[in-house]
Amino acid sequence: MIMLTSEAAAVADLAYRAPAEATPRIARRGARRPSVGKSLGLVLPTILLVAWEMLCRTGIAAPNLLPAPSAVLGLLWALIASGEIWGHASITLFRVFAGFGLGALVATLLGALTGYSTTYRRLFDPLLQGLRNIPSLAWVPLFVLWLGIFEASKIALVAVGVFFPVYLNLMGGIQSVDRKLVEVGRMYRLRGFGLVRRVLVPATLPAYFVGLRSGLGLGWMFVLAAEFMGASEGLGFLLIDGQMTSRPAAIIAGILLFAVFGKATDWLLVRAGRPFLAWQDSFEAQTERDANAARA
Amino acid sequence: MLRVRDLSKRFESGVTALERVGFTLERGEILAVVGTSGCGKSTLLRLIAGLDRPSAGNISIDNQDVDGPNPLVGFVFQEPRLMPWLKIRDNVTFGLSGLGAQEKNARALRALEEVGLADFAEALPQQLSGGMAQRVAIARALVTEPSVLLLDEPFSALDAFTRLNLQDHLLSIWRRHRPTMVLVTHDIEEALALADRVVIMRGAPGRIHRTIELREDRPRKRTATEFQTLKEEILDALHLVPA
Repeated sequence: MIMLTSEAAAVADLAYRAPAEATPRIARRGARRPSVGKSLGLVLPTILLVAWEMLCRTGIAAPNLLPAPSAVLGLLWALIASGEIWGHASITLFRVFAGFGLGALVATLLGALTGYSTTYRRLFDPLLQGLRNIPSLAWVPLFVLWLGIFEASKIALVAVGVFFPVYLNLMGGIQSVDRKLVEVGRMYRLRGFGLVRRVLVPATLPAYFVGLRSGLGLGWMFVLAAEFMGASEGLGFLLIDGQMTSRPAAIIAGILLFAVFGKATDWLLVRAGRPFLAWQDSFEAQTERDANAARA
Repeated sequence: MLRVRDLSKRFESGVTALERVGFTLERGEILAVVGTSGCGKSTLLRLIAGLDRPSAGNISIDNQDVDGPNPLVGFVFQEPRLMPWLKIRDNVTFGLSGLGAQEKNARALRALEEVGLADFAEALPQQLSGGMAQRVAIARALVTEPSVLLLDEPFSALDAFTRLNLQDHLLSIWRRHRPTMVLVTHDIEEALALADRVVIMRGAPGRIHRTIELREDRPRKRTATEFQTLKEEILDALHLVPA
C-alpha cells in the first residue's frame, strides 16, 4: 500500500494546481497582453475623431448639422466654466438616485420573497411578469396624471425601469442557489434567518449585483425619457433644448455627459460591490490566468 | 455507539428505498456499505445524518434518538461542497458555533494541519484541486469533533492515485480521533481496506444482503490472496461477476 506523509501529499497536490501566488511568471505574462489590447482599442476612435474634425474644418460637413469635436468640447467647457452644467447634472443625478433607490428597494423585497417562498412566487410573480410586458414608457401619461409633471412622476418612471432587472435577477439568483450548499447549511443546523445570512445571501450576491447594474443602466435610459416628456432642467433637457434651438453641439455634449455620468455611477456601484464579490473577482482573475497560460 | 433499528424509508412517490435495515456499531468501529446504485445506501446515510426522516424504525447515537441534524454527526459528501465565497479557514469553521474567533481559528488550523493543508488557510476554494478540496471537506467535518463520521462516496470523484492517498489520510485521522464511521462506497477495495465490517446491500427496496467481518490489522495489503478472495465474494453477492 502506498503510504504518504501529509507533507508529501501536499506536494503531490501542488502539482495539480498551485495557488495564485505560486505562479507569478504566468500572471505577469498574462498581464502584459491585455495592456497591448487596451491601447489597440484607442486606434479607431482616434482616427474617427481626427477624420471628423477634418470633415468639419474643410467644410464638407454642414456645421449646423454636424459640429466639429473641438466645437463640442468648447461648449462643454463653457458649460463647466459658467457652472450651468452642475444644475442640470445634479437634478438628473437626483432623479436617477431617488428612482434607483426606490426601485431597487421594492425589487429587493419582492425578489427576496418570491425567490425564497414558492407561495409568494405564485402570488406575485404572474402579476409582475404581466406588468413587465407593458412598455415602460406607456406608464408616463398615467404617472403624470397621478403624480404631476414634477419630480414624483419622473422618479416613479425611473423606479419602474430599475425594478425589473433587479427583481428578476434576485429571484432567479435565490432559486438557482446550489441545493447542495443549502444542505451543508442544514447539516450544521442552520435554518430560517441563519441559512439566509450564511448561505443564501452570499450565494445570491453575484446575480443581485448584475441586476443592480443593469437596473442602473435602465435607470439612466428612463431618466432621459422622463426628461424628454417635460422638464426645464436636467441633462435630458439639454438634449431637447439643443434640438429646439438647432444647436447640435449641445446635443452631442449632452450625449457625452450621459455617457460620462452613466459610466461613473456604474463604476461606483462596482466599487461598492467589490468587497462582497472579491471571491468572484479572484475566480475570474484565476480563469483569465489559466486562459493566458493555455494560450502562451 | 450508533444503533440503527428496523429502518425503512418510503418516499412520497411511493418508492421504497430502504426496508428494515439494522446494525449496531461500537464506538470507533468502521462500517463500509457497498451496493449497486439505487440500493438505498445514500438514503441510509441521509437518515443517520438527520437530513431525512425515516418512515419507520429508529436511529440512536450514544442512546440519544436522532431526530434531525445534530452536532454528534459529521458528514463528508461526494463533492467537497465548500462555500466558494469563504476562505478555506472559514469553510472549515463553518459548522462551529458558540466559540470566540480566536478559538475557532486555532481549531481550523489544527484541522487543516491534520489534512496537510495548513498553508492554504487563506486561499479560496477555487484555488484548490479536487483532492485538496475534499480534504478541506474532511477537515470541516472533523472540526466539530463528531462521534459519528458519515462519508458518502467521498473519494469517488477523484483519480486513483489521489483516492489511495486520501484513504490513507482518512485512516490516520481515524487513528487519532477514533470516530465511529459509516462509509458508503461503490469501491469494494476501499471497503475492504478500511472497514471493520462490510455490509452488502441489494435493492430495490434496499435491504442488507450480507455482512462480512474483517479482522486483519490496517493498513492491509490489497494484493493479498485473502483480500482478493473477499473481493470476488462481494462481487458475486452483487451479481457483478460476468458469467
